[in-house]
Amino acid sequence: MEAFIQFIVQSVRYGTPLLFGTTGEIITQKSGSLNLGVEGVMAVGAIGGFLFATWTNSLILGILAAFVCGALCGLLFAFLTVTLQANQNVTGLAMTIFGVGLFQFIGQNLTSGSGFPAMSAELAAKVGENGIPLLRDIPVVGDLLFSYNPFVYLGVVIAVLCWVYLFRTRTGLKVRAVGENPAAADGVGVNITRIKYLNIMLGCGICGIGGLYLGMVLRSGRYDGYGDWIAGYGWIAIALVIFAAWSPAKAIGGSFLFGLLLSLQAYRGAVVSIWPAGLSWMNAIPGEFYQMLPFLLTAVILVITSIRKKKDGGSPTALGLNYYREDR
Amino acid sequence: METFAVQLKNITKTFGSVVANHNVSLDVRQGEILALLGENGSGKTTLMNMLSGIYRPDSGSICIDGREVSIQSPEDAKRLGIGMVHQHFKLVDIFTAADNIWMGMEPTPFGLREKCKAVDARKGERGFFRLAKKTGLVFRCAGARFKGWFLSKKRNARVAGIVQKFGFELDPAKKVYDMSVSEKQTLEIVKVLTYGARIIVLDEPTAVLTVQEIEKLFAVMRRMKESGHAIIIITHKLNEVMEISDRVAIMRKGESVGVVNTADTDEQQLTELMVGHKVDLKIRRPEVQFDRPLLEVRDLTVRSDEGSVAVDKVSFYIRGGEILGVAGISGCGQRELCEAIAGLRKVESGRISHEGKDLVGLPPREIIAEGISMSFIPEDRLGMGLAPSLSIADNMCLKDYGENKWNPVVNRKKARAKARYVVEELGVVTPSIETPVRRLSGGNVQKVLVGREIIGNPNVIVTAYPVRGLDINSSYAIYDILNLQKEKGVGILFVGEDLDVMMELCDKILVLCHGRVMGVVHAQKTSKEELGLMMTGSLDLVSLKEDKHLGIARDSGIDDKESA
Amino acid sequence: MKEKVKQPFVRFVRRENVTVRRTAAVLTAAILFALVLGAVLLAFNGTDPFSFYWTVISGNFANAIAFRNLIRAIVPLLITSLGIAVAFKLKFWNIGAEGQFMMGAFFAMTASLLLGNALPSFLTVVLVALIGGLGGALFGGIVGFFKVKFGTNETLLTLMFNYIAQYFVAYLLNVDFYRRPGGGIPVFKSLPTSAWLSEIRIGNFSFDTALIVALILVTGIFLYFKYTKHGYEIAVVGDSPNTALYAGMNVKKITLRTVLLSAFLVGLAGALQLQGPASGHTMSTGITGGMGWTGIIIAWLCRLNPFGILLGSSLMGILERGCEIARLNSGVSAASADILQGIILFSVLAFDLFIRFKPVFRKKTEGLKGGSDETAGQPGSDATAGEG
Repeated sequence: MEAFIQFIVQSVRYGTPLLFGTTGEIITQKSGSLNLGVEGVMAVGAIGGFLFATWTNSLILGILAAFVCGALCGLLFAFLTVTLQANQNVTGLAMTIFGVGLFQFIGQNLTSGSGFPAMSAELAAKVGENGIPLLRDIPVVGDLLFSYNPFVYLGVVIAVLCWVYLFRTRTGLKVRAVGENPAAADGVGVNITRIKYLNIMLGCGICGIGGLYLGMVLRSGRYDGYGDWIAGYGWIAIALVIFAAWSPAKAIGGSFLFGLLLSLQAYRGAVVSIWPAGLSWMNAIPGEFYQMLPFLLTAVILVITSIRKKKDGGSPTALGLNYYREDR
Repeated sequence: METFAVQLKNITKTFGSVVANHNVSLDVRQGEILALLGENGSGKTTLMNMLSGIYRPDSGSICIDGREVSIQSPEDAKRLGIGMVHQHFKLVDIFTAADNIWMGMEPTPFGLREKCKAVDARKGERGFFRLAKKTGLVFRCAGARFKGWFLSKKRNARVAGIVQKFGFELDPAKKVYDMSVSEKQTLEIVKVLTYGARIIVLDEPTAVLTVQEIEKLFAVMRRMKESGHAIIIITHKLNEVMEISDRVAIMRKGESVGVVNTADTDEQQLTELMVGHKVDLKIRRPEVQFDRPLLEVRDLTVRSDEGSVAVDKVSFYIRGGEILGVAGISGCGQRELCEAIAGLRKVESGRISHEGKDLVGLPPREIIAEGISMSFIPEDRLGMGLAPSLSIADNMCLKDYGENKWNPVVNRKKARAKARYVVEELGVVTPSIETPVRRLSGGNVQKVLVGREIIGNPNVIVTAYPVRGLDINSSYAIYDILNLQKEKGVGILFVGEDLDVMMELCDKILVLCHGRVMGVVHAQKTSKEELGLMMTGSLDLVSLKEDKHLGIARDSGIDDKESA
Repeated sequence: MKEKVKQPFVRFVRRENVTVRRTAAVLTAAILFALVLGAVLLAFNGTDPFSFYWTVISGNFANAIAFRNLIRAIVPLLITSLGIAVAFKLKFWNIGAEGQFMMGAFFAMTASLLLGNALPSFLTVVLVALIGGLGGALFGGIVGFFKVKFGTNETLLTLMFNYIAQYFVAYLLNVDFYRRPGGGIPVFKSLPTSAWLSEIRIGNFSFDTALIVALILVTGIFLYFKYTKHGYEIAVVGDSPNTALYAGMNVKKITLRTVLLSAFLVGLAGALQLQGPASGHTMSTGITGGMGWTGIIIAWLCRLNPFGILLGSSLMGILERGCEIARLNSGVSAASADILQGIILFSVLAFDLFIRFKPVFRKKTEGLKGGSDETAGQPGSDATAGEG
């Protein structure tokens, strides 16, 4: 049982960066922009936020910095695709190359120069699995719900707020209208450019926080001078957007489910131990399969939804298309 | 001096080298319906799009209520009280009617400053009370603003109220994708009225409506006029202009050619103004000895994209040397009928026979090889029939590039020869035959399309709306081309929209209403009234006569026993 | 009473025609702009940008080995880009090149391990490469099938397939057939020598046979697009699917065929990369080196023109190899290549606007407040009331 609880807790820890990435990307996509550069945005948010957090020794300032760095990437994306009408797919991919490159450039220069900054003990304690006092002492429930680091709660709160924003506010209605039919929204006086800029920036900012989480919690702030901290999480987040049917509320469940799949590789022993007779087949399946599973599931869902052809399946109709008013 | 609701002064707008509007001036009073009359492509919509902020004029000025304004976006237009109902509705399909309206609504301002001033103005209250009252106002203002961020649960009810206030019928909770065309149009009108538009532009609002719906729309327009709105209706239908408008502004080839009071004019004068010179409406109709039936359609049933029956047990035949017109309100199965004949749409039941050979189930390529040519001009002119980014020459070999199966290379030499021929014969205006079709003007695009169809020597031509968007001269050029084909013994199915033209050009006219044949009449013997009644379904000759053999030729090539 | 007449400082109007000369000029400007931006960044980092750039360019041509390595970097990128361009021409947004590359390499590896050194080398090389291409085609074809059959969004589905391929290959490290025997970190077996690409030597220079394949493909795809019936069909379907249907084209068949060709080429690139010396004739989970992504950008920015792609991938290769040389020589971080790449790509994307659109600047008289305020309030003298 203990091991199983541990497994769930790990799932949530692994799922949280996805929650940020997915929520952010949903906001961006709902306004009609397909940003394939989540990986790069998260990388920039991670390095920017981390450096600022260690410099100021403040978690909150670090999170803000991660948001700002992500939002700046969003600004660049928006400038290219909204103002300059560049192809969104290509811009997103360039963003990935640029963002990851920037991360490595800064990371490697620091490693070879003054040394990659480390988190102070105080900062490390802040991002530890502190949970919520008192509540975390409740048996089982306390472990499952109230034992996490602050990012987990922040992520859930942001996702809920984003859901309210998209589906229960006036601005959210406008955002969805822009993603569905920009010409219609434009016709009733919605400022397409402003909506797109703001939502791309907001979405990318949230992605940036996800990057910071990866760096501070899952990688414990250590950099080996090689590769980057994001390691494919940004791409899983894009998959998760589809899985969550473009709803931040569903993204909460979805990201913890994907987190579960990601931690199955390491923790499946714990799951099997609950019911060895019935679940031993899980050990026989290679670990890579569990890593593949999020993408496989999403692919299956993509195919199924295309077969069913539902009219309001959540996917914004104008996703990936640039809007130019004078086109007829 | 009189103040107009709208004044457009010397507006000029060019797209690249094409002048869409040249030095156009126009004005509308409050409580007036102005008809903006002109042929397709005369620049009416472009002009109105500048009023609604879609385009910006290159030069000229716009005055609203006598004040010069700059309209940079639809947002500006909306703020100035201008609302436009576009021909192609601008609605979010997955939203409800209420949300489509709501997405352009701003929360009602609380008016803190005004209310504070009201408190100040009241005398006899002591400072403390005044302060307390003001503080309360500030809190209420903040509360209202906070509430204004969110979508009100009552928005459906609010919209229902608005709909009722303006005297419409509309279910605010209905999703747009479930709506009929006329419901969508109602929604568009309610939308602009809700935003407080006082100047309303309607772009060809009657094109998709039935007669009853048009009557309803006109009633609405008259009501709006009485309440002081300024209304501009874009149309090219003269009877509507005479019925609804107070004044008529006529445009021709991007220029304003005159403004007249409706009461002082008649259709003849309007036509003259519209087309520029007195038109001899008589289209040549050569008498040709009819040949055997070439194309026979028997009990054809076809479904639309949405799955409803679009063509319902339709039977007819075309003989060589005959032009059979197909009339009907747009969207009554014409498109589906053409597509079924061309093999582009699955046939539910029934037969299509070409010189006795059954075509049902054959792929388009084999139907083309049979000698049946189709030139279908859908609403977006370049959507089907031509590849817009490809050159004229490349578009020439669209149908026969596949001949000579073992040669993997496209025969461009032949295509270029054809292109030169078509450009020369039909007088296509183009810089070269390598110019992408997209860059040609509407009439020239049409000539390229029709030219290619004729060059293949078909013996049946199916053509839909071949003169849509063309100026008079190009239209006549197209009629001549068709007549020439007719004289060569080709059978022609002509799907048209202008009844006057069809009555002069066609030999017989088949009328469709909601996918069913209402009757086939001789073009010389029928009247516009009769056709109009049939188009709306008020007159059904088929059930009236109970003529079982309608649409079946005596010398049919279809073996009846087999088909029975 | 003041109606503010606002006019944006600059707005963009779509151009009617796109000329080759303007395209070339704008792209050159974009790259120069990016290099200046990169120079600033490098200078901040304490690197002399001029000597860095000089090393990047000249380093590639300094000696025969550097030049050979340059060619080795360009060739797989070139073939991948070509493959992607084929699908893009049809407006099929195949962003699954990473996965198709990977599966191409996987199929090639399987074939090569099965064939061993049994057949003559020449035959083995060709067979292995073709099987690799077929592997890529199969993998891309699945997406093509769903697209054709159900209209599934190919952008997102190919994206998912990239990672399915990646983890599949990672899994193979557990399979004895593919893993090099022995303990330690699992590594793939090397290919049997029969499947290795041979080197061609001319004087001092030497290059792999893959270069010849690539150059043939550039010309071939160019001719394919421009002259063949297939190329014509791709152009029509990509331009207007409805018109294609109307002309009697089998759009589904054409789509599937084109996707298969596209994925075949990408798979072939993967197989050749595996068979060539650049990978050490050995499979790895990182064998794509991100070429599937870079290839997309190159294909798009070079306007899907095969010779443009040749130029684009050459420049990209020079940049990548040059940065590597600079790193070895002067210890500049390897990531500077990625950053420079990113900046150049962004810059070209941004400048692309000036090829398609024409900037229109605010006219001085129009935007000024005074002029418009004066006319406001009084209808112009030339506004005559309706005549008649």
